[in-house]
Amino acid sequence: MIALPSAPAPAPRRQLLVGTAVACAAGTALLGGMLALYLRFREAAIDSGASWVPDGINIPLVPATVMLCAFIPVCVFAQWAVYSAKRDDRPHTGLALGLVALIGIAYINAQAHIYAQMELPANDGTFSAMFYAITGAFAALVIVGVVFSAVTAFRYLGGRSADREILAAHALYWYFLSAAFCALWLVVYVTK
Amino acid sequence: MTTISPHAASAPATAGSGVASVAEWLTTTDHKRIGRLYLGAGALLLLATGAISVLLGIERISPDREWLPVGSLTQLFSLQRFGLTYLVLLPLVVGVATAIVPLQVGARSLAFPRLAAGGFWLWLLGAGLGLFAIINNGGPGGGNPRFVELFILSAALVLAGLLATVVSVVTSVLTTRAPGMNMRRLPYFTWSVLVAGLGLVVALPVLIGNLLYLYISYRYQSLSELAGNRSLAQWAGFGFTQPTTLLFAIPALGLLADTVATATRQRLRPRGIIYTGIGLVGVAVFATVLQFPATLRPGFISAAFGDQLSDLLPFLMVHGLPLLGCFVAVALSAKGLAAKPKVNAPLVFALFASLTLLGAVAANAVNHVGDAALGGTTFEEGTWLAVVFAGVLTAMGAVAYWGPKWWGRTMSAKATLPLALLAFAGAQLASLPLLVAGFANQPGGVFPSVENVQPGVTDLVVNFNYSGPMELWNILSTAGHALVLLAVLAFVALAMRSFLKGEAAGDDPFDGQTLEWATTSPAPFDNFAEVHIVKSAEPLLDLKPANRSDA
Repeated sequence: MIALPSAPAPAPRRQLLVGTAVACAAGTALLGGMLALYLRFREAAIDSGASWVPDGINIPLVPATVMLCAFIPVCVFAQWAVYSAKRDDRPHTGLALGLVALIGIAYINAQAHIYAQMELPANDGTFSAMFYAITGAFAALVIVGVVFSAVTAFRYLGGRSADREILAAHALYWYFLSAAFCALWLVVYVTK
Repeated sequence: MTTISPHAASAPATAGSGVASVAEWLTTTDHKRIGRLYLGAGALLLLATGAISVLLGIERISPDREWLPVGSLTQLFSLQRFGLTYLVLLPLVVGVATAIVPLQVGARSLAFPRLAAGGFWLWLLGAGLGLFAIINNGGPGGGNPRFVELFILSAALVLAGLLATVVSVVTSVLTTRAPGMNMRRLPYFTWSVLVAGLGLVVALPVLIGNLLYLYISYRYQSLSELAGNRSLAQWAGFGFTQPTTLLFAIPALGLLADTVATATRQRLRPRGIIYTGIGLVGVAVFATVLQFPATLRPGFISAAFGDQLSDLLPFLMVHGLPLLGCFVAVALSAKGLAAKPKVNAPLVFALFASLTLLGAVAANAVNHVGDAALGGTTFEEGTWLAVVFAGVLTAMGAVAYWGPKWWGRTMSAKATLPLALLAFAGAQLASLPLLVAGFANQPGGVFPSVENVQPGVTDLVVNFNYSGPMELWNILSTAGHALVLLAVLAFVALAMRSFLKGEAAGDDPFDGQTLEWATTSPAPFDNFAEVHIVKSAEPLLDLKPANRSDA
């Protein structure tokens, strides 16, 4: 016979937050690897005397910078949702989550606007394919973020208001996206 | 107080009609079932890729006897590489980890079980599409661009599925441990899974990113630098070669330490050093993330001091530290064997797996010494095979060890031990001759290291001609593949017979030390009737004074 002391079920150890952090680490590796390869090909093209961005293609910096600026309120609103939830302020929590999702959708709209404005064919050389791949991958991560915001809102406003961990995890994910877009903006839109 | 009887109820949690049973498996969120799904699919694919390995080995014995179509050799070699790495090695290891880690840490379930289950089905879908693409003239060396595209997409799905399950397992280790189980009290196997898992969380997305670029290059024919079939090996090859693949077999070291401790009924020490040793093997991930070969240049000895230093430091970090860590972990575990172990099949499997891995880590370091001039030879292939078979031996040992917790029945030690010897002999025969042939400059197959791919070369299998005793080494290697195939076939048959009709296992058949042995065999859906408090790294050993070596 083997006897072990038993205990009440342990308190949650922020499983969702840790899982989101691990997922963010994976996302960082994905975008970091893609940006590194982008820079490698850019350097090789410039060293060979060729132009990296195809002639006649203008990368619109204004909407890209607006997108960058949009991530500041995203972080503020995501943290506002956490703050409001701690105070059991459901209306403001819902409002904050809604604003985060709205800005996320606005980001996707702005990205589509950039694609339309550039009129860059996907088969127009190395830059174009890498541009679409990396901005497309990031846009997919933003779509995941919008879905995350919606799920968080439904879960929290649907009655599970004691479950505040998901709000912290949601905020962490959007912080990750904000940091990742800073790097993407600098490398792809500014440095080109 | 939880009381566990060695013969507690061990009936399956559910029973029903065949359709209901299938539906339960398809929609399961039980980590033990998800793990077994990975193990079953991985075993089937191992048999298939093992047969292909034998065919390729026969083809390579003499290049004059071309009985396989020359045009399909690149595809077959890439199928072997892709299959054994991502459809066999990693799924087997991930399957074992998924099935046992929550039990080892005293958790009632896996974190995000639907994510883990979704990961399995995504992996299976990707595997099916990948095989379909290669059969339809796709994959590296394939002539049908649409199926080349499909292969790249399927490879990304395979990786994404595995990544999802790995995230789930890593989160489980970090968040669902039993009360009192701090990180220094983790079972060795769980620690090794955590190290490998964190490495994979960083490494797999980098490979997925490269595959995304490659997919667009094929889809839109737009990246001249990435175009052509050779680019798959050049830009995704790092995910199929060492040191990346070393990450996948790290759990071999954890299994060895756990089985040695169990077999000797002692506390394996020094715990911190063994943890560190296992952790150092994970340093190999830096080479993956940086995609940096860290090679000692030809003429290293006579190079200027600054050049020597710039080569040596990354070489030591990426190849030296994993070798040191692997050696330390194996040596300290083996030192424990001096305490007269009760030899059992899992211990033998784990010992063989760890020794094979140690040899592979050492060979990988040699492969990156420029003066050895081993680039593009079969040496890399031999090293890779050693890693793959280290993982396969680990999975076989894990099934023999933890099978009672999943099926409630035990495998006969007398029948299993010879299979361990057979599989080990096969693994050595398959890999060692290729290492020797590498020194004789026998050209390797696909997926050479990036720096060895020549621009403009589309057919990556050039030829097998070289000046050495070609037939001897290739016959031995082919025989090794056949032996492994035979051993795996026999093991699968024995496991099926044992777990379906074999002897019922007690709850603690190996006199174990860690928490998985504190529940019934098979473990119920939620693993433990009550949550246990852990006060040491060997909670069950604390309760077995008669078995303690210091008693």
